[in-house]
Parts: sequence; structure tokens; C-alpha cells
Amino acid sequence: MRVLAAMSGGVDSAVAAARSVEAGHDVVGVHLALSETPAALRAGSRGCCSREDAADARRAADVLDIPFYVWDFAARFTADVVDDFVSAYAEGRTPNPCLRCNEKIKFAALLDRALALGFDAVCTGHYARLTSGELRRAIDADKDQSYVLSVLTQEQLQHAMFPIGDTPKPAVRAEAAERGLRVADKPDSHDICFIPSGDTRAFLGERLGARPGAIVDDATGMELARHDGVHGFTVGQRKGLGVAAPAADGRPRYVLGIEPVSGTVRVGPADALDVRSIEAERPVWSAGRPPADRFACVAQVRAHGGLAAAVVESGPDGLRVELDEPLRGVAPGQAVALYRPDDEGDVVLGSATITQTI
Amino acid sequence: MTPRATYLDHAATTPMLPEAVAAMADAMTRTGNASSLHTAGRRARRDVEEARERIAAAVGARPSEVVFTTGGTESDNLAVKGLFWARHAADPRRVRVLVSAIEHHAVLDAAAWLTEHEGAELELLDVDAEGRVRPETLRAALAREPEHVALVSVMWANNEVGTVNPIRELAATAHEFGVPLHTDAVQAVGVLPVDFQASGADALTLTGHKLGGPYGAGVLLLGREVVLTPLLHGGGQERDVRSGTLDTPAVIGLATAVEIAVGDAPRRAAALARLRDDLLSKVLAAVPDATLNGDRGTGVVEGGPSRLPGNVHLSFPGCEGDSLLMLLDAHGIECSTGSACTAGVAQPSHVLLAMGADEATARGSLRFSLGHTTTAEDVDAVAAVIGQVVERARRAGQHASVVGP
Repeated sequence: MRVLAAMSGGVDSAVAAARSVEAGHDVVGVHLALSETPAALRAGSRGCCSREDAADARRAADVLDIPFYVWDFAARFTADVVDDFVSAYAEGRTPNPCLRCNEKIKFAALLDRALALGFDAVCTGHYARLTSGELRRAIDADKDQSYVLSVLTQEQLQHAMFPIGDTPKPAVRAEAAERGLRVADKPDSHDICFIPSGDTRAFLGERLGARPGAIVDDATGMELARHDGVHGFTVGQRKGLGVAAPAADGRPRYVLGIEPVSGTVRVGPADALDVRSIEAERPVWSAGRPPADRFACVAQVRAHGGLAAAVVESGPDGLRVELDEPLRGVAPGQAVALYRPDDEGDVVLGSATITQTI
Repeated sequence: MTPRATYLDHAATTPMLPEAVAAMADAMTRTGNASSLHTAGRRARRDVEEARERIAAAVGARPSEVVFTTGGTESDNLAVKGLFWARHAADPRRVRVLVSAIEHHAVLDAAAWLTEHEGAELELLDVDAEGRVRPETLRAALAREPEHVALVSVMWANNEVGTVNPIRELAATAHEFGVPLHTDAVQAVGVLPVDFQASGADALTLTGHKLGGPYGAGVLLLGREVVLTPLLHGGGQERDVRSGTLDTPAVIGLATAVEIAVGDAPRRAAALARLRDDLLSKVLAAVPDATLNGDRGTGVVEGGPSRLPGNVHLSFPGCEGDSLLMLLDAHGIECSTGSACTAGVAQPSHVLLAMGADEATARGSLRFSLGHTTTAEDVDAVAAVIGQVVERARRAGQHASVVGP
């Protein structure tokens, strides 16, 4: 097969490309330039968009003896991922930019271009497994990235390759060292690649400006404090609320809900965070359609953790997910990924965007 | 399977001439610092001075006007910054730096740096739709407060689209206002008739690896009466305007290549023009809506061709240059989307934008540059695949160019 290997400059995508070459495919490496103003050097362990990362990817391709190009997707990335991220926060939702990048860039813009140029598949260093068209959790549970891939359609999955999903991360590093890839001990990337400072609130503040509002007690409706904008808050957040007076019962307060139009942030006790029922829109089914109108599965609401057994009802307007046990920190804008439990590794059934929680 | 490489990127770098390789390899076996006073040093000095004389003779300069550097970027920086500093020191009113909009980044960024750090005022000289600086454009810019102008820099022939500038006329215009002119001639020497003294330029950049010589070896031709502040300080080896132990083998290799390339230029230019015209007509036959950028190449500029004879620069509507480059590379055809960039990301060419092209056209362009190793087979190799490559890139281009959900 002709395979386009997306190479971020990190160890995972380098080993994925190496395995693809070893499997006998005709591989071309491509680094996606996603920042319109790339920094020269990587800042700490964040990000994957510096010129140093591009150079690392190029060097890995040299070692693998495959052609290598840098493709500029910065404008698309800004429009489809960064701007989307900012506007979601402005609307009181909590987006997942990695998931959005997979949905709009890696397995859309990049895949479309690869197919048009005569490639059969795009290969990435994601930790997930693809077995007979089914997307499965990675062997390495800590690294599993099936959640951020749960937005992929059957057609996208048919043209995807995740060659390292069957290997624990330490073994991937060891393999990189064995193959002479100098990124073998490069630190893992964390957080959001386009916020190199790691300060999401400051990043959003710069773009959205001050949009003051009130922090109110959910139970009494009393105003407890003022804030500079709803983008500084996410459901389940405890720190940085700036509320001086303690709660009547002395227990810590959490963000329970965000009302973007009025700019109101509702806070209350931890148990008020419990979510038992989720409504979600725009479902994507890995097999092209839901397994049934009503089915049991495992629901996951964050990239790592946030799992509960659930029963899903699929309707024309979206999904209702009834959780067997409550989950906390579930916010509109997040994706709910649905899995079929399996001893060989849970299988992704699909995902949808959370609109409401009860 | 890797097909035979078809190298059509001579504007980026050229294969070294075997004579230059042999001369360098021979020189590398000898020891001697050209500044030393003993026998070995004198031998190296003699080699360097002979090389200086050979280069001077080839390009119409005096030996004392040849300043050895590490290549085009250093020569451009030395000329732009050195002239600015010297002229500004002599008269602090001289802050204007007039630079054509189609210069290489070695000139543009040096001038921009002067603006940011040294109080210069950068003014870009407009070019016409073919990428040429018209003398009246320069005249109009100079006529506004000529006593405030530090220098003018206009390249002899553009590296991307191949358009040749009327350097003699531009230099004469600058001199009318008492302003020195630098010209980056790295693409011109060895292809076009370049005579430093006849051109009237005060400083001229040439480099080895664009004409079959070594990397890392170049020259700034500097008129004897031109005062320039150095970039590099130290032993003052080169006329006190450039310090650093001379790379004797590279200087010898450079002189060998310059001598051969210049001597061969008339014959080679004619041969390259024939191959270029053949390539152009074959590409246009396969892709009728492709358009040639720059001068048509049919005119005469100051006794030479109006376009670099080895340059074919085309825009392919609906394509991304990146896609074309990759698909051609897969067929063993090596060309370029324009000037190489350190980040490896294709930016829309500032040259095409200055010529009035829109961003999509600028992004969908490709440069084939022919040189001393190019054959009719190379042309046929492109002709055989360009149709299918463009068709495929066009399908991919539509995806890449759409931004939005």
C-alpha cells in the first residue's frame, strides 16, 4: 500500500512510520505545519509545532530512508481547531481540540489530500488498535487515545493505520532507540499544542477580552463574586473561583453550570456535580449506524477516565445516555464516546457531542 | 524502484564541475595559511592571488575588487549592511535603503534588520508584472530626498522567475543621484554576460555553488573607491573589509568554476534556451492552462537575454505547489516551488506577489531550473509525466484550498 505517515516529530509517530516501512508499505512522511508563527525551539514538553519538531520529524524520515515533506495546514488548523476552541469556551462549552484535530485535520483535510494524491492510507502514532475495521483501545491503558479517535467514521477508519496501538509506551521508546531514532527519549507532549504556555485561561482571555459576569450560588441564587469571563471556567472546576465567603456547610464549591449569554457561573457542592443522564448531538457511528435503537455499553466522557456503564437510546435528533452510576465533571461540548466491552480491548461504537446533562 | 534522477533545480545548487573538484582536491593536500610569511604560506598566497586574478578577468573586475566570502548570503549582507553603515556614518541623514521587492531574503532580511536595529528606512522598489525594476521607478524613488539615500540593491536576474534587470541603466540612474548600487548576481554569472566595470555597479555578489563551483565560497566584487564597514572583524585579510583565514582550496575551486562557466556561457546559454523552450512548449501542450511567470525570454536586456535561459517558472491553476513537488519527486524529477525556506513550509512567493499574482496562483507554482548537466532526456522525463501529475495535484488541491467546517 502507499502510506502517508503523519510525523509530528515525536517518538510515537516515528516508530509508527518505521513499522509501516517494515511492513513493506511504500511510505512517505509528512509533517503538518499547524502554527502560523512556529517557534524555533520546543517549549518544555508542550506542543508539536516548533521548527525543532519539524527537524526531528525530518531526521526520523532520513533514518527510515523515506521521502519527507512539510505541508502547511496552519490556516485550516487555525480555522477548524483553534477558532473553534475559542468560540466553544465563549459559549460556555468545554471542547477537546485533539479530537477536533483528528476529525477536521488529520483524518479529513490530510486524509482527503492523501487519497487524492494516490495514497491508500494515513498512518499516525496514536495509541489505539484497528482490527477488522473496528477501533479498539490500545494495549497501554494509560496511553489509550481511542477517545480522541472516536469521531472517525467507518470510511475514515478504513484509510487509517495505528501501528503502535498494540505496544506499551516504554516498549515504543525502546524500539525507537534500537532503530537509531534520536527522538527515543524525547519527552511526551502534553496539554494543548497551540497553547505553549499551558495557561488556557490567559490564552482565551487574550482572544476574548474581559466579559464580566457573576458567580452565583446554585441553591440560593445569591451572587458570591464577579468574574472576567465564562471562558475562565469549566464544569467541575474547583480552584480559581475567587469566592471569598465559605459555603454555609463549609464544603468546597465547584462549577456546576455556565450560562454564556448572561455570563453567569453557577457553583455548588460536589454532589451536585453528579450526572446520571446525558443528551448528545451529532453522533458518529464507527460501523456507520448504531448497534440498535437502544443498547447497553460503556460511556466515556473524557480522554482519560470518566467511565460508566450506560444504556443508550438513539433517536433522530441525537442520543440519550443513561448512566448506571453517576459521573462528575461532565460538561457540554465534551464528547461522549461509547464502547462495547471486550476482553481483547473495548471496541469504539461511536461518539457524540454532549449538549445537556441531568 | 527509484527512477533515474532528473535534476532540474540548478537555481538551488549546481553539480560541481569535475575540473573544480580536481583543483580543490589537489589543493587540499597542501598546507599553508595565505597570511603566513614562510614558504607554505607564500605558496597558498600565490594560489589565492592567481584565483583572484582569474575571477577578476572573467567578470570584468580588477583583482583588488575581488573580496572572498563564504557565499551569496555573506556577500549580500556585507554589501547591504556595510554600505549602509559606511554611508550613514559619513552622513547621518542617509537612512533610506532602496531595495527591489523581488530580492532574495539575504538582501531583504538584511535591509529589514537595518530598519529594526540601525535606524534605516527600508523602501521596496515596485516591479512590473514581469518582475522587472523599471529605471523610472528607481528614479522616482531617488528623486524624493536623494541626499537621504544610503544605497540601492537590485538583483541582476531573479532566482525564482528568471527575469533580468537592466543593471547598467539602474546603476547609472543611482549614480546620477550620487548613490551606490549593489546587485546580487548569483544567478547571472556563468550564464549571462556579466562585466562588473561595464555594469557600473559598485558591489556585486556571486557564489560558487550556483555555477558549478564549491559550496561556502563566494565573492563580493567591490569597486576600489567604495568604502564599506566590515561585518566580520579580525585579521583583516580581505582588503580590511572581510576577516577570516582564506579557504585556499575553495578559492581555487571557485576560480576554476568561474573561469569555465564564464568562458562557456555563450554556448551554454544558447543550449539552455533551446532546452527551456522545448520544456515550456511540452508542458504547455500537456497542461494548456499553465502560465509562464516572468519575462517571456524573447527580448534583449543590455545586450543579453531578458530571462535566464535555464529558468521555467509556471503556475498551474487549482494545484498546490507542495503536491506537484511531491508527485514529481516520486517520478524522480527534482524541482522547486521557489526559493528554499528554512522551516520547510511553502510560503506564497514574495516575488510572485510583488508581480501582482494572487495568493492561490503563487501557491500553485513550480520552478524548473536547467543547468550545465541538463539534457533533452531530462526535458522528456518531465513532458512524460507532467499531465498526469497536474491532474492528480488538481484533485488534491481542491481539498487543500478549502478552509472551513
